[in-house]
Amino acid sequence: MTRRQLLQYLTKHLDLPLLAGMGLLMTISLLTLYSASDQNFGRVLAQGANIAVALTLMWIIANMPLHVLMRIAVPVYVFGLLLLVGVALFGEISHGARRWLNIGVATIQPSELMKIGVPLMMAWYFEKYEASLTMKNYLIAAILLLLPVGLIARQPDLGTAILISASGFYVLFLAGLSWKVIAGMAVSAVASAPVAWSLLHDYQRHRIEMLLDPSQDALGKGYHTIQGMIAVGSGGLIGKGYLSGTQTHLDFLPERTTDFIFAVYSEEFGLVGNLILLAIYLFVIGRGFVITANASNYFTRLMAGSITLTLATYAFVNMGMVSGILPVVGVPLPLVSYGGTSMVTLLVGLGMLMSIHTHQKLVKT
Amino acid sequence: MNSRIELKNHQQEIFNFRLRLFISVGFVLLLIATLAARFVYLQVMRYDYYHTMAEKNRISVMPIVPNRGLILDRNGVVMAHNYSGYTLEITPSKVKNLQATIDELAPLVNIQPRDRKRFKKLLAESHDFETLMIRSRLTDEEVARFAAQQYRFPGVEIKARLFRDYPFGEKTSHLLGYIGRINQKDMDKLEDEDLAANYRGTDYIGKTGLEQYYEKELHGTTGMEEVEVDSAGRAARVLSRTLPVSGSTLVLSIDAKLQDIAEQAFGDYRGALVAIDPTNGEVLAFVSRPGFDPSLFIDGIDADNWKELNDSPDHPLNNRVLRGQYPSGSTIKPFMALAGLFYKTRSPERTISDPGFYTLAGSSHRYRDWKKDGHGTVDMFKSIVVSCDTYYYGLAVEMGIDNIAGYLSRFGFGKKTGIDLEGEKPGLLPTQEWKMQRFKQKWFTGDTVSVGIGQGYSLVTPMQLAAATATLANGGVGYQPHLVREIRSTTSNEVRKLEYPPNDVQLDPANFDLVRRAMIAVTQPGGTAVAASAGATYTIAGKTGTAQVVGMKQGEKYDASKISERNRDHAWFISFAPAEQPRIAVVVLAENGGHGGGTAAPIARKVLDYYLLGKVPEPAVAPPPEKPATPAATPAATAAPEVEDEHD
Repeated sequence: MTRRQLLQYLTKHLDLPLLAGMGLLMTISLLTLYSASDQNFGRVLAQGANIAVALTLMWIIANMPLHVLMRIAVPVYVFGLLLLVGVALFGEISHGARRWLNIGVATIQPSELMKIGVPLMMAWYFEKYEASLTMKNYLIAAILLLLPVGLIARQPDLGTAILISASGFYVLFLAGLSWKVIAGMAVSAVASAPVAWSLLHDYQRHRIEMLLDPSQDALGKGYHTIQGMIAVGSGGLIGKGYLSGTQTHLDFLPERTTDFIFAVYSEEFGLVGNLILLAIYLFVIGRGFVITANASNYFTRLMAGSITLTLATYAFVNMGMVSGILPVVGVPLPLVSYGGTSMVTLLVGLGMLMSIHTHQKLVKT
Repeated sequence: MNSRIELKNHQQEIFNFRLRLFISVGFVLLLIATLAARFVYLQVMRYDYYHTMAEKNRISVMPIVPNRGLILDRNGVVMAHNYSGYTLEITPSKVKNLQATIDELAPLVNIQPRDRKRFKKLLAESHDFETLMIRSRLTDEEVARFAAQQYRFPGVEIKARLFRDYPFGEKTSHLLGYIGRINQKDMDKLEDEDLAANYRGTDYIGKTGLEQYYEKELHGTTGMEEVEVDSAGRAARVLSRTLPVSGSTLVLSIDAKLQDIAEQAFGDYRGALVAIDPTNGEVLAFVSRPGFDPSLFIDGIDADNWKELNDSPDHPLNNRVLRGQYPSGSTIKPFMALAGLFYKTRSPERTISDPGFYTLAGSSHRYRDWKKDGHGTVDMFKSIVVSCDTYYYGLAVEMGIDNIAGYLSRFGFGKKTGIDLEGEKPGLLPTQEWKMQRFKQKWFTGDTVSVGIGQGYSLVTPMQLAAATATLANGGVGYQPHLVREIRSTTSNEVRKLEYPPNDVQLDPANFDLVRRAMIAVTQPGGTAVAASAGATYTIAGKTGTAQVVGMKQGEKYDASKISERNRDHAWFISFAPAEQPRIAVVVLAENGGHGGGTAAPIARKVLDYYLLGKVPEPAVAPPPEKPATPAATPAATAAPEVEDEHD
């Protein structure tokens, strides 16, 4: 095998536009992380390692033929569901929530696996019954969604539950769920809001209350939101300059390498930087839509569409919470926030997009 | 299944999917647009607001507390200064179990029960996040011991602070006063005066004495440091700095050595002494005995010490010079004589015959002279020299109480002298109107009789009597007594001299000469205070006095040995010297000292000797008897104490 052949073999199933967009976001991640961690190069290296691991996984997934992806859907889902039950029964409690499972060598968070597992399972299910979809099938798909979502909401981890619901809903939506049902769901959602409110935990209610008026508890629950908004707002048009964010470097921003990394970026690069970031996300999402539009079968269309829309949702929710239009729900900024788990999850999703795109190309040619 | 239908279905399906995909794209664009709009709102439209918020977050203005001004005596001797030392401080909000922490600290630094009590008090008064002192003035050894163990005590730290020190301690406690922690009352007052900003970061304020009166001058101007702080309030870097201006230096008119000698001259007596330069009103010595340790008060006095001071029968906290109101006794007689001359009630030559008592017309009640058989024929000169009571009973009645008050008030009796200290009492110069207001009773002539010899309703403070004596010494031109000569700026060479305008009581030189000659004779053989000038190389003008503590029944004889010490009479001596050209006026009150000539005059003499001759009393001579057991027995010309009857 020549070097050229090797390179071709390695890149055969990768998608260049997606890689380019990811590369830009990861560059932003490393640069911002360097600033957010007060120029701690170790943090940057650790994130580099996270990226390397995630890229390797992405490469493996991208090289998986579609039928393999379909074949792993049910085992992944069932395994994930079992883990969630395990968490509910034996999970470790941390910060008042039962989210982690100690499997001896490491503690894992099964809800993370379901971010991929749920849409995968639902897409597989619709593919299986594609020929004769009835209302019953949508109902079963909804149950496949609500089962893990219910378990996750009970942990309690409302943020993840909502985000997985969203990715599942995107599958239902793209699978052609009737508009009437969607309208009915919207109406009943509004109608049941008071009931849902009463079912929420105190801290969850607090987060929503704080969103409406963060100043009522400026040093307590509202602190995150207020300091985030101050960081973003004081960034102004062109920002305070790289490594010069006062909110960041004087320790006012909480969780500034993870969930609030956008505040750091926004403070130092301003509106111009924000619009560039939005453009990069739009480019990646756009590419995801192109791949979705060109997907060859039902499963891949649903899967690609759900992954793309979920990525968009994550980005929106994170930036929305930092800039104070959404409650603080603990969602990282996709491909930018520090952390291995979310990086892996996202790149697995993007790897599937690449697999979907490159394997059907091969089929066509 | 029909393949056409399947194809159609497939196309329909693709169409449906594409439609939903378009909707999804629209949805994503909507989300992105929402974010973009939000960013424009925050970063462009609301930029100014958030920029200000970020600046407020990051910039904290920290006060730089100025050094408190020094207090020097007239010769530059330091009477109050600051020194740096270490305190051990606790931030209660950072400590889980205060009691346990203090217990653990105790083996490292010496923590007394009084330290604990004081800490408890501070804790009750404190606000959140404040650091509170548990121990002050740590020794080097204690600092080292704690530093080695500091890791065990989060929220406990050693701080370097400036402490106020009064080198003369008790001896100047009533003069200088003390500083103490700013309490809520002080804070309210500062806020009322719009001074609260200048006291940011300042922990102490002058509470009494000169420290209180000259607080504004001593405090200085607080500096400011703009510091970039992190979210925990830690300073990251200094952005700008305005240096503080140290408090001004007070230069007193007090002569520290003279003050010291006066203190020692008292021995075990309680009492007061004021020495004034009659030519300008400068107070040279200001003694109120006993004093107290002012350092006890600086960080809040503990209950035990407070109880001890407050309950002591010696009343060490009472500033006798300003707040002690006593009958003047016979020291008022020179002033009464001047009043008689002024109103022409008596001519100098007119004599009376003293049978040893005085009776009002139509009454058999005898107002007795201190000398049982009387002084015989007495003119004005002799009345002062021998301190004839009968002469002044009559003179007072002839003048009438309102005339007496009218004339004596010229010398400052019955009103505050205006000295530069707070809390001065006005004494009492009774009038008919006063008695009516106070007791709803008309004035009786009998009330006037005892006022003539400085008893009855009339009361003076030592400060008042000193100011009056100084005015007399200066030939009737008085000055407001004052303690501070000049205020020196610490940043420039600017010196503000404090001078007070003269107050001329319009004394007839001939009258003044008569009284002065008589007062000189008082200290000569035949006078009541001959001991005062024995062996003196300069002439001393003086007048003794005795202030009654308990009344005598008609016909009862005062016998010092039969009366418990605290019920003995107070001894007064007023004096100035050299009599021809007075440079100093000294007033002494020795509480329960018995006779003025015997106890008070020798104290004054030591002060005069040092001031005029630079003579330091020999230690062997200085201390009077351990217990002033028989003050009346001291060899004075007229050993018999002055006694007179209680008026009805």
